[in-house]
Amino acid sequence: MMSRRQLYTGIAALIAAIIIFIVPFLFIFLTAVKDKQDASLLTFTLPVNWQLWQNVVEVASARNYMLLLAYFNSSVITVAAVTLIIIFGAMVGYILQRRPSPWNKLIYACVFLGLMVPPAVVPTIWVLQWFGLFKTITGMVFIQVAYGLAFAILLFRSFIATIPRDLDEAAIIDGAKPLQIFFKVILPLLKPVTVTVIVVQSITIFNDFTNPLYYLPGKENVTVQLTLYNFQTQFQTQFNLLFMNILLVTIPPLIVFVFFNRQIVAGMTAGAVKG
Amino acid sequence: MKMRSKTILAAAMLMLASGVANAGTTLSMLVDTNQESTAIIDALTKAYNAKNPDISFDIEQRPGGSEGDNMIKTRLATGEMSDIFQYNSGSLFQAIKPEQTLADLSDLKSQANILPVFKNVVTDASGHVRGIPAGPAMGGGIFYNRKVYADLGLKVPKTWAEFMENNAKIKAAGKVAVAQTYGDTWTSQLFVLADFYNVQAQAPNFAADYTANKAKYATTPAAGRGFEHLEEVFKGGFTNPDFGAAKFDDGMRMVASGEAAHYPMLTFGIGNVQQNNPDKVKDLGFFAQPGDDVSKNGLTVWMPSALYIPAQSKHIEEAKAFLDWAGSKEACELMAKVVPSGPYLVKDCQLPKDIPPAVADMLPYFEKDGMTAPALEFLSPIKGPALEQITVEVGSGIRSAKDAAALYDQDVEKQAKQLGLPNW
Amino acid sequence: MASPKSPYPYWFVLPAAVVFSVLFLVPTLASFWFSLTRWDLFSAQFIGLENYRQFFREPFLVQGLVNTLIYAVLTSGVKTVLGLLLAVLLTSGIWGQGVLRTVIFFPVLVSTIGVGITFSVLMHPTRGLINVVLATIGLHGPAWLTDPELALYSIVIVDVWKGIGLATVIYIAGLASISPEYYEAARIDGATRTQLFFRVTVPLVKPATVTVVTLSLISGLRSFDLIWAMTRGGPGFSSDVLASVIYKQYQAGFYGLSTAGNVILFALIAALILPLTAWFNRKEIEA
Repeated sequence: MMSRRQLYTGIAALIAAIIIFIVPFLFIFLTAVKDKQDASLLTFTLPVNWQLWQNVVEVASARNYMLLLAYFNSSVITVAAVTLIIIFGAMVGYILQRRPSPWNKLIYACVFLGLMVPPAVVPTIWVLQWFGLFKTITGMVFIQVAYGLAFAILLFRSFIATIPRDLDEAAIIDGAKPLQIFFKVILPLLKPVTVTVIVVQSITIFNDFTNPLYYLPGKENVTVQLTLYNFQTQFQTQFNLLFMNILLVTIPPLIVFVFFNRQIVAGMTAGAVKG
Repeated sequence: MKMRSKTILAAAMLMLASGVANAGTTLSMLVDTNQESTAIIDALTKAYNAKNPDISFDIEQRPGGSEGDNMIKTRLATGEMSDIFQYNSGSLFQAIKPEQTLADLSDLKSQANILPVFKNVVTDASGHVRGIPAGPAMGGGIFYNRKVYADLGLKVPKTWAEFMENNAKIKAAGKVAVAQTYGDTWTSQLFVLADFYNVQAQAPNFAADYTANKAKYATTPAAGRGFEHLEEVFKGGFTNPDFGAAKFDDGMRMVASGEAAHYPMLTFGIGNVQQNNPDKVKDLGFFAQPGDDVSKNGLTVWMPSALYIPAQSKHIEEAKAFLDWAGSKEACELMAKVVPSGPYLVKDCQLPKDIPPAVADMLPYFEKDGMTAPALEFLSPIKGPALEQITVEVGSGIRSAKDAAALYDQDVEKQAKQLGLPNW
Repeated sequence: MASPKSPYPYWFVLPAAVVFSVLFLVPTLASFWFSLTRWDLFSAQFIGLENYRQFFREPFLVQGLVNTLIYAVLTSGVKTVLGLLLAVLLTSGIWGQGVLRTVIFFPVLVSTIGVGITFSVLMHPTRGLINVVLATIGLHGPAWLTDPELALYSIVIVDVWKGIGLATVIYIAGLASISPEYYEAARIDGATRTQLFFRVTVPLVKPATVTVVTLSLISGLRSFDLIWAMTRGGPGFSSDVLASVIYKQYQAGFYGLSTAGNVILFALIAALILPLTAWFNRKEIEA
């Protein structure tokens, strides 16, 4: 049963939310489907000519299908990095929680550093060059892993505290080896926090602009945010294409979000809150 | 772009069909977004491709100003530069470490025809020439709208005081006196940089002293005048209300249409108007930035940008062949037809007979001795990277001209030290 | 102590440790060295603390430091307070709260560059949608991004717009973990809604508060993408923050100076976050 006040507050909140949060998105969409002159007026109006498909094609095929290559590169980096972050991060969180030892202080310090310290760009480029990983997708993946581990480790560690040790012991009695305990018993139970990490990290990595800018220069290495940056120059007076680009680049995170919507809160409850 | 892909495809197939082992080469090029540059590069590449069907071009655009500088430096440093790139000559050329990063072009046949005044600004410290001119010489001064001047009965000013009087009259008539466009920060530097002829007239040794750390903007009154000019224009309220966000396109549009009476800019702006508002080109006039002395009125001149080849390019020989042709009289006359906005740097390269009025205004300065002076960046390797932000501050009233001059001196110090110049 | 054949072997930490040390710790340590040199990627020349002196001598670099603090404190503060209030609103059973939770989270999904481009257009002083709308109701909209006094704060507004969804979601999770018994006990004692909020909600939602404050403060101090996309640090230098100054030095080829800037940024973050965290932890023990 909803009180009158709850109803009215809700409606007021929804109107405010539409103005504040939805209107900018509508603007992006409307401008993205206009033709060039209409878009350059930058007005909040319905398009004179609906050019949805033409604009999609024009943006996707610009500069020899750069956007499609960028989608591919960004997706590969995101999937690879998130997978590694989850596996490596959970392993560390597991040890941190299950095995109290003096090393833990060092690990915590590193985690904290990882959250706080801004990466030193030029020395990092130098290290990558030493390994021959500069300007490579592999190098970029490992960079994202290095930068994303801290957050993941914290979340995993908190959540593992809620998994009773009895389960580990039962598995040990059954003769399981450490790796088997981890992958067969623990990891499946970590699903809620894994989902949180997947959502947050994949959005972060997919939308990352500065790191690929520094560590992954090169036309064959283009990532999606870089296309936005490049096309600002390319499409200097073509706002319709620029906004279509923004729209196209937002679709993958949107898909991830819609897919995992419910589970985000559950994951946050366990991880971030118990702190 | 699709045309070029089809051209490449067609060329490749032709090669395969005729059994020739040498498949077509694609040369990548990095060019700025200026309309004149694009027009010139388009004309050159199409003509060259017609003569040499096995060479085709893939053209990428980059921003101008300090962002473009950064992109050039970063790509050279990380080995990511295209086969050919277009970039400024003079001090910006020196700043990209040409001896280490660029291919040597001294032995190209066309170098014999290129005027020494240009070769000087693309020669590195060890005496090797590394660039080919990519356009006409440009004047840095003030565009004005002829119609507004005619309607208000104004004369082209020969001193700064006259210029400001004109501005007052224009403002009283309800028009924008001086367009400013800080949405493109590089455009804010013009009042300071185009004043150099006047600086040179009063302090002839400034360039050399400045490079040797003996003279500074803050302590040389003639040099500080440029900053003061910018400040005066702002304080007089002569600028357009959206000066903070307006862009170069807006500036040229305003002065061509008569919305604004003046726009300080380099003469390559003519190409912009030719493309966007061709029927207004005839209303555009140009004069050199006046100083305080009516008897010393001359034009500050910019050498054109140049085409360079990075040392790490994988197609150096083909790129060199293209640049050799680009430096020839034939290529130059092609460029002059497309962009007739200033004198070219190749011997005997003539401008077409019918040129826009603004260009006709500019040529007399070149014809008499002593009426032109190269801009400072062609006499000294030092140009501070933050100048355009400092000039935005002065032009927006955030910082006084005096403070700005001192600030720029500090900025320049960083650049000089980084270049390892003696005496700093 | 676990037995020699522990089911929790140390080597589990190894993969993460290797990647982290090589790609993070080593460069960070190296940066301390390089910040003491004049570096141009080809050669490094030792110049002691000259880079640091240069950094603090130049007015626009110091301005960047001030702006960084303002930006970080404002964005973090607003996200914390507003996030909690919104979370309370969105868990109080108002009509449409499920939809609202989703809507509020959308901006988190768009990339910062995309948000930056969009709002640069919306905030254009004469043609931007915001000022056009304000004009229809008779208000003269300010020059959001081109007024030097206002530019930084306009970006703060956009930053909060983009990040409030995440803060709210974290708080919603935190509120969900407060057992209703606390509220009932307090209500029985006759507490008003305001008292319920300050005496029950705020203290018990502390873990979420700590998370939101810490994460948003760190991200505010390091903020670069949004500022770069919207103003490039302009007009002039008025919206420069440490991160954009560092980038400009990098772009200009002053690599040693840029690295020194990185070290200073790190020191700033440490100087703010470490005491803050210690304070949070101490209060927990006392509670």
